[in-house]
Amino acid sequence: MATREEILDKVRATLVDALGVDDDEVTEAATLVDDLGAESIDFLDIVFRLEKNFSIKIPRGELFPENLAADSSFVKDGKVTAEGLAALRTKMPHADIDSLASDPRVENIQSLFTVKMMVNFIAAKLG
Amino acid sequence: MRWFWIDRFTEFESGKKAKAVKNVTLAEEHLHDHFPGFAVMPGSLMIEGMAQTGGILLGEVNQFEHIVILAKVPKVTFHGWVVPGDQIVYTATLINAEVEGGSVEVTAHVGDRLVAEAEIMFVHLDQKDSQFGAINQKNFVFSMNLLGILEVGRAGDGTSTPST
Repeated sequence: MATREEILDKVRATLVDALGVDDDEVTEAATLVDDLGAESIDFLDIVFRLEKNFSIKIPRGELFPENLAADSSFVKDGKVTAEGLAALRTKMPHADIDSLASDPRVENIQSLFTVKMMVNFIAAKLG
Repeated sequence: MRWFWIDRFTEFESGKKAKAVKNVTLAEEHLHDHFPGFAVMPGSLMIEGMAQTGGILLGEVNQFEHIVILAKVPKVTFHGWVVPGDQIVYTATLINAEVEGGSVEVTAHVGDRLVAEAEIMFVHLDQKDSQFGAINQKNFVFSMNLLGILEVGRAGDGTSTPST
């Protein structure tokens, strides 16, 4: 079984290829959008590469769910509601929902997409 | 001018590899501005040629059921000039073909000289997709009109290229 360090190394290589970033920019805490400059199409590219590099199948929407704020009961006054947070915990067990809960503004949802979240997801997949 | 940046396929191995040629000629208008006194094939149009070669390779996997759109060029390197009189040979290899799209690796050679190489990612778009109407359909370079290149891929002596 791959260690967490080995998974991180492969995730790092994947992001270097997909986003054209430098190795040292890809820390576990780095967010894909704000820190590494990922755009919408990059998420599909990253999923393609992860599937190839780890020889796994990633059902669409599992690693990077879309339309997270689409349900009207999940967002109120620009903030993610308790109901929304609960849904996110179910949908994204690999993400750090606690940090979002501490500042649940809608624009912080994309900060859930971190390198660490990807490593958690792959580690769980590889079991 | 028609937006064809490859002239003919010379090899086509379904789902794996395709080879196409582009003959660069001084009659092409854009070469008179790119650059005055120094005609050189623009790199952007070589990317287009690589994308047309690879996009048709990907589209053919699903019998052109989807419209294939160039989404991203994760990597591209140019190694040298291409000038009028050169024949560029684009060789595309399919890396992956998924429901949502796919990727190819493409090289461009003039003779034995590697002039460019790229990785190109495409996404599929279908008429039922909500974004469909928002996109200028003239940009759909991989839709049916470009398929003619496969059909008319015949050498002057009448032999069929690609040989199938």
